[in-house]
Amino acid sequence: MNHFTPVASLLGGLLIGLAATIVLAVHGKVAGISGIFGGLLQRGAGDRPFRFAFVGGLVVGGAILGIVAPSLLPSASASSPPIWLVVGAGLLVGFGTRMGGGCTSGHGVCGLSRFSRRSLVATVTFMLTGGITAFLAHRFGGAS
Amino acid sequence: MSRGREVSFAALAGLVFALGLGLAGMTQPSKVVGFLDVTGDWDPSLAFVMGGAIAVHLTAYRFLRSRGRPLVASRFQLPTRSDIDLSLVLGAAIFGVGWGLGGYCPGPALVSAGALQKPALIFLAAMAAGMVVQHLLARTPQPAKNGDTLESRTAAETKA
Repeated sequence: MNHFTPVASLLGGLLIGLAATIVLAVHGKVAGISGIFGGLLQRGAGDRPFRFAFVGGLVVGGAILGIVAPSLLPSASASSPPIWLVVGAGLLVGFGTRMGGGCTSGHGVCGLSRFSRRSLVATVTFMLTGGITAFLAHRFGGAS
Repeated sequence: MSRGREVSFAALAGLVFALGLGLAGMTQPSKVVGFLDVTGDWDPSLAFVMGGAIAVHLTAYRFLRSRGRPLVASRFQLPTRSDIDLSLVLGAAIFGVGWGLGGYCPGPALVSAGALQKPALIFLAAMAAGMVVQHLLARTPQPAKNGDTLESRTAAETKA
């Protein structure tokens, strides 16, 4: 079902790198999505206008994609995993990214670009547990 | 420093990020899981995403750091910590499990929720709940650390 898309994925990656660069060049910050979004759910976290605008851009970008390029999103008829699994996965992602201080963007893209030791450890860790989980879910759960 | 510029550039960055994630294939959970599970019918596309993003950002980072200060802020606010602690490793491990199960990391979850994808909306609500739970647990007394990441620094400020 999934096709190898090196060109589109590379182009998408370049855009992600560009977006992270805008945040660094303009705001002087790390474009870590879990941290920027998480701060909106945390009392006392500053930079609210920045956080709202960035998250708003992501959401509006999603709305645009849904209209102009729906093929980049799973179709409504595609089989989706059971709700309990989606909820469990979301809880783990939310809890884990805040505990570990970052996700694929903050640690994976921005951190590795800065040769951060913490981000390297985090990225290797979440890739590893992500890979093991996907493997187990595929073999034994039939989740995917 | 203008608030208007700060906010419009943040919105632009979010928008470009969203288009990049979509084009890259990150908004298709089955594709993400197909990348993470290297033993199956492996789709290595997503390695190109990280490769492309890092190539651009690494170059830009080197250039920008040598130029003093960002456009609208008085200084760079970048993480300075280098110690490897349990929360870093355990948090990343927990995140990875959720990512491998659901196929969404936070960015694509927000983007797909913007496209009103039902599983993504459910995932996003659960993710927000998981974050709030972590924030509440992290407020139990523990020694504050200085020179932390932007995220944890704001958390430390909350505690102070």
